[in-house]
Amino acid sequence: MESIALTKQQLDGDHMIVNLGPSHPTTHGTLRIVLELEGETIVKATPEIGYLHRGVEKLGENLSYQQFIPLTDRLNYCSSIMHNVGYAGAVEKLLGIQIPKRAQQIRVLVSELARVADHIVCLGVNAVDIGAFTAFLYLFKQRETVYDLFEMAAGQRLHTSFTRIGGLFRDIPEGFVPLTERFLVDCEAAIDELERLLTHNPIWHDRTKGIGAITAEEAINWGYTGPCLRAAGVPQDLRKTQPYLGYEEYDFDIPVGTTGDVFDRYLVRVEEMRQSLRIIRQVLDRLEPGPVNVDDPKVALPSKEKVYTRMESLIHHFKLIMHGMEMPVGEVYSATEAANGELGFYIVSTGGKNPYRIRVRPPCLPIFSSFEAQVKGCLIADSVAVLGAMNIIAGELDR
Amino acid sequence: MVIEQIETQIPGAIADRHDFRGDQTIVVPKDHFLAVVNLLHREGFQFLMDLTAVDWLERQPRFDVVYHWLNLASQERLRLKVPVAEGEAVPTLTGLFKTADWFEREVFDLFGIPFEGHPNLTRLLTWADFQGHALRKDFPLDGGDPFCMDGCTSPYNNGAPRT
Amino acid sequence: MAEMDINDAVVTTRLDAVVNWGRKNSLWPLPFGTACCAIEFMSMMASKYDMSRFGAEAMRFSPRQSDMMLVLGTVTNKMAPVLRTIYAQMAEPKWVISVGVCASSGGIYRTYATLQGVDRVIPVDVYVPGCPPRPESMIYGVMKLQEKISKESLSMRKEHIARFYESLARQEAIQAEQGRTGQQAVRDMLMAAAERGAGTIF
Repeated sequence: MESIALTKQQLDGDHMIVNLGPSHPTTHGTLRIVLELEGETIVKATPEIGYLHRGVEKLGENLSYQQFIPLTDRLNYCSSIMHNVGYAGAVEKLLGIQIPKRAQQIRVLVSELARVADHIVCLGVNAVDIGAFTAFLYLFKQRETVYDLFEMAAGQRLHTSFTRIGGLFRDIPEGFVPLTERFLVDCEAAIDELERLLTHNPIWHDRTKGIGAITAEEAINWGYTGPCLRAAGVPQDLRKTQPYLGYEEYDFDIPVGTTGDVFDRYLVRVEEMRQSLRIIRQVLDRLEPGPVNVDDPKVALPSKEKVYTRMESLIHHFKLIMHGMEMPVGEVYSATEAANGELGFYIVSTGGKNPYRIRVRPPCLPIFSSFEAQVKGCLIADSVAVLGAMNIIAGELDR
Repeated sequence: MVIEQIETQIPGAIADRHDFRGDQTIVVPKDHFLAVVNLLHREGFQFLMDLTAVDWLERQPRFDVVYHWLNLASQERLRLKVPVAEGEAVPTLTGLFKTADWFEREVFDLFGIPFEGHPNLTRLLTWADFQGHALRKDFPLDGGDPFCMDGCTSPYNNGAPRT
Repeated sequence: MAEMDINDAVVTTRLDAVVNWGRKNSLWPLPFGTACCAIEFMSMMASKYDMSRFGAEAMRFSPRQSDMMLVLGTVTNKMAPVLRTIYAQMAEPKWVISVGVCASSGGIYRTYATLQGVDRVIPVDVYVPGCPPRPESMIYGVMKLQEKISKESLSMRKEHIARFYESLARQEAIQAEQGRTGQQAVRDMLMAAAERGAGTIF
C-alpha cells in the first residue's frame, strides 16, 4: 500500500497568496499588501495604495489659500495641527512675511503636543497589533487630555484648523496653560508606565528586536525621514538642522538609534515624546504676551471690533474674503519636521486667488515603498510589527 | 555652491536659474539631465526629497518635472526642473535613488508622463483601468462623476456655474 | 406590552420584542475604518467614552462574525467594491451606520476620486454627521439604531438588502463579461443610475 504521507516536494510546493487588506484589523488605514508565502515565510510582498486617494491636490487648485487649511488637517489625522503649521509656514514663506513671536511660540507648543499625540497613537496601535492591549488603553487617556487642550484652543478635538496665514485662529484661552502643566506631569508618568510595560518585556523584545532592520545608507536611499531614519542612525531632524519657528532657542536632544529595527523605532519615539514634553515646558516658561496675527490687512483678517467700526477694516475684510490675498508669482518648497518625518509643501503661485499647484510631500510614502525590502524573509507575524512601526497614515500617504 | 560646480563641469546644462525666497531652482533640459543627477549624487546630494510635476497647459513644452534634493552634510537644498512635452519620456532615477520608484509611478498616474527604464510603471493612486490623468489641467475636478456637483452651482471656481 | 405575573415571576411579551431586545443590546461592530473617523472611534472604544456599556465592545474585524458595520471615514471610488464585498459577506440581520460626513455624502471631497456617500452603493440605516463626529455623537447614533431595531418586525426580510444582492450579481456580471475591474464596474453602474434619475445602484 502506498504511503499517505506527503513528500517534502509536495509539502513545500506552491506558494500561498494572502491578501492583507484593504479592510484589515490594523488601524493604519486602507492599504493592501499581497503576500506570497512559503509556509509562514514571506517570499514576496506587493503593497498597493490609493484606497484613500481623495484628490486633495486637485481640490487645492480650486480653493483659495485659506480654504485649503481644513484639507491639511485631514492629511495626517493623528497630528493635524502640525500639518496646519507646515502649510501656513509655506504660504508665509511665499508671501515673505514673519509672524509675531507669540504666534511662533504657540505654534511650537501645539506642534509638540500633536507630536506626543501622534506617537501615542503609533505606539499604542503598534502594541495592539502585536497583542499588548494595555499600553493602548493607558496611553489613550493622555490623548484625551490633548484633545481637551486642542478643543480649548481651537474649538475642535481632532481637525483643529488652528493656524491661519499670518498667525493663528485666536489666542489661547485662560485655562490652557494650567491644563498643559498638569498634562506635562501626567504624561511623564504615563510614559514611565509604558516603559515599565514594554521596554524590558521579553515578549516585546522577541517580537521587535531584529525585525525590519535597515542600514543608514539604505534608509537615505529609500528617502526615509523622521523617527524611522533616526532609528537607523542618521541624526537628521529639521528642528535642529534647519530650524524654523524659533526652535534654535529651545534646549532638546535628538534620539538616534543604531539598527533601525522595530525596537529602535519604539525607543526613538518614546524618547521623542519625553523631549517634546521638555520643549513644551520651555515654551510655557518663555511665553510672551503680544498679538497672534501679523498686522498686515492684506494678509490677516482685521479684528471684529475694527471691522464693525471702521470703513477701511470693513473693506480689507471684504477684499480678503472675496478676492483673496495678493500673492507674488513664484514657487516655494517649505519643509517642517512632522511626527512622521519631513513634511514638505511645494506651492506654485501665478498670482491668482487660488494656488496653481499645491504638492504635499508625504513623509510616509517613501517609507512604505520600502516595505517589501524590509519584510522579505520574515515571518508573516513580523510584517504586522514592521507595518506598525512605520506609522503609515493613509490620509497623508494617498492624499 | 553646487550650481557653480554644475556650470563649470557640465557647461550648457543649466538653461535657467532663479532664487526666490531662499530657494535655489535650476532648469535643466532633458539631454543633460542624467549627467547633472550623477554629479549631484557624487557631490553629496544623497537625499531625493520629492519628485512631482506641474502642468502648464498653455505653454510648450507642457510639463515641468520637478525634483527636490537635500545635501545631508551641508543641509543645502536644490530644486531641479526638467521641461517635457506631452508624451515625452524622462529617464528614470530608480537605479540611483530607490525613493524615485513610487514618486515616478505617482507622476505617471496623475500626469501621464512616462519614465523610461522604470521597473514597474503602473498606476499608483487611482485604480487600474481609470480613464485619464487626474492632475492635468484639462481633467475636470469631478472627473465626470454625475453625483459630484449634485444640486450645487459649483462652490469652487469663484461661483461660476458648473458646465 | 410586557406584564409581570407576580406569583411566578414570569414575563410575558411578544416574540418580536424579545428578539429585538436581544439584538439591539448585543450589536457587534465591524469597524470599516478608513480615515479620521476611525481615530474618534478608537476614542469611543477607549475608557473615557466606553462603548461596552451598550454591549458593543466586541469589535470583530471579520464580517462573518459581526452584525453592525460602522463605515468610518472617506470611502473612495477605489474602495467602493471592497465595501460592497465586505457588506455582502455579513450575515443577516445586519445594519450599517455611516459615520461622518465623508461616508454619508462625500464630505468636503467633491472630487473625481471620492464616492459621494456610501448609501449610493450599500444600504445605510443611520447617518451620523460631523467631521469627525464627537464620540458622544457616535454613541447617539448607535442608540438611534437601537431604537430602530426595537421597532423591526421579524417576519419581513428587508427589501433593500435583497436589492443589494441583485446589484452585486449585476456588478459581477459586468466584471466577467467586459473584463473591467470592480471600481470601473461600480462607476458604470453609478453613471447608469444617474441617467435614470436614481440615487443608488441597488
